[in-house]
Amino acid sequence: MKLDHKKVIKVGMAEWKQIEFPNTIRTSGLGSCVGVVVYDQWKKKAALAHIMLPDSTMAKYKQINRAKFADTAIEDVVAVLQTKGCSIQNMKAKIAGGAQMFSISSTNDIMRIGPRNAEAVKKILRKYRIPVAAEDIGGNKGRTIEFDPELSTLHIRTVNQGEAVI
Amino acid sequence: MEVIQQIKPFHLDVLKEAGNIGAGNAATSLSQLLNKKIDMKVPSVRIAGFQELQALAGGEETIVAATFLRITGEAPGSMFLILQKKEAEELSYYLTGKKVDIAEGTFDELAGSALQELGNILAGSYLSALSDFTSINMQPSVPSLAVDMAGAVMSSGLIEISQAGDYAIVIDTEMKETEGNTPSAATGQFFLFPDPDAFIKIFEALGVELP
Repeated sequence: MKLDHKKVIKVGMAEWKQIEFPNTIRTSGLGSCVGVVVYDQWKKKAALAHIMLPDSTMAKYKQINRAKFADTAIEDVVAVLQTKGCSIQNMKAKIAGGAQMFSISSTNDIMRIGPRNAEAVKKILRKYRIPVAAEDIGGNKGRTIEFDPELSTLHIRTVNQGEAVI
Repeated sequence: MEVIQQIKPFHLDVLKEAGNIGAGNAATSLSQLLNKKIDMKVPSVRIAGFQELQALAGGEETIVAATFLRITGEAPGSMFLILQKKEAEELSYYLTGKKVDIAEGTFDELAGSALQELGNILAGSYLSALSDFTSINMQPSVPSLAVDMAGAVMSSGLIEISQAGDYAIVIDTEMKETEGNTPSAATGQFFLFPDPDAFIKIFEALGVELP
């Protein structure tokens, strides 16, 4: 097999992308957002969604960006992996993010959006019976994550707690 | 229809003027606090996508000291005072006499509270000027300080907006210290993100109603 040059594919906020070995996929500056990686360890294919909100019913207008919400983004990510030949029984997930960056006491639920995002992502993954193989969620730190489909590893970088691999 | 689609260039000019008045007042406060001459740039007002917004404070992974507060009242929104790492360290040295590295997990408590108080004063003077100018009642929450990646902190201000669409209107103002020969980098950057519903009220108050 001829090895291609390894590329790092970048995913922005409210976006998702799909990759396969030997490329890796990365998203930076996750605060209250959650980075959801759904992958197939045998086919070495993965997709990463950078979601902002837990539920598409929160949208105030009908025209929505599906990649922004946990429910619609995960639905699309699972579907695209299926079209790439991955079966849902082999899919696993790794998730990171869902922090609460600022401690502002507010009656408004919106300040708790990080934990709510993380809960929503787990609930939706359960619905598809996709197990969460590893997670690093909550706290009050920003995260940059990069997934390598070769070994199914998720590298997490934070400002003052260094790097971790899950 | 989304509010953003109804906005014309003159609406943005009016917001620029509002930003000018707010940040002008904040720059005066900072100048008094530091006993130094502080200049401010003409604010820029833009309609930007989320990825662009995350990068406004200098790159998604840049370490910044961010003071964030929510504005409640008739024109709700989010506000940030962003200090780049070096500027935050210089300011806290000036205010407390201690040299700190803010990227360390447990940096000096005094320096942290000095930065928080600085954010409090500046955001307060920005908002009170804006509130006087528009005659809109704006109640700021107690500000909260975070030192982290710019992308991670900025996204917290976009949650309310993201429920309505994929673009935000941001009023961005830079303050600069002007002493010495070398023009220093921005001392601080204000970002004001009004919630989508707030624009109707703001434009009405400024005499340029939306159609």
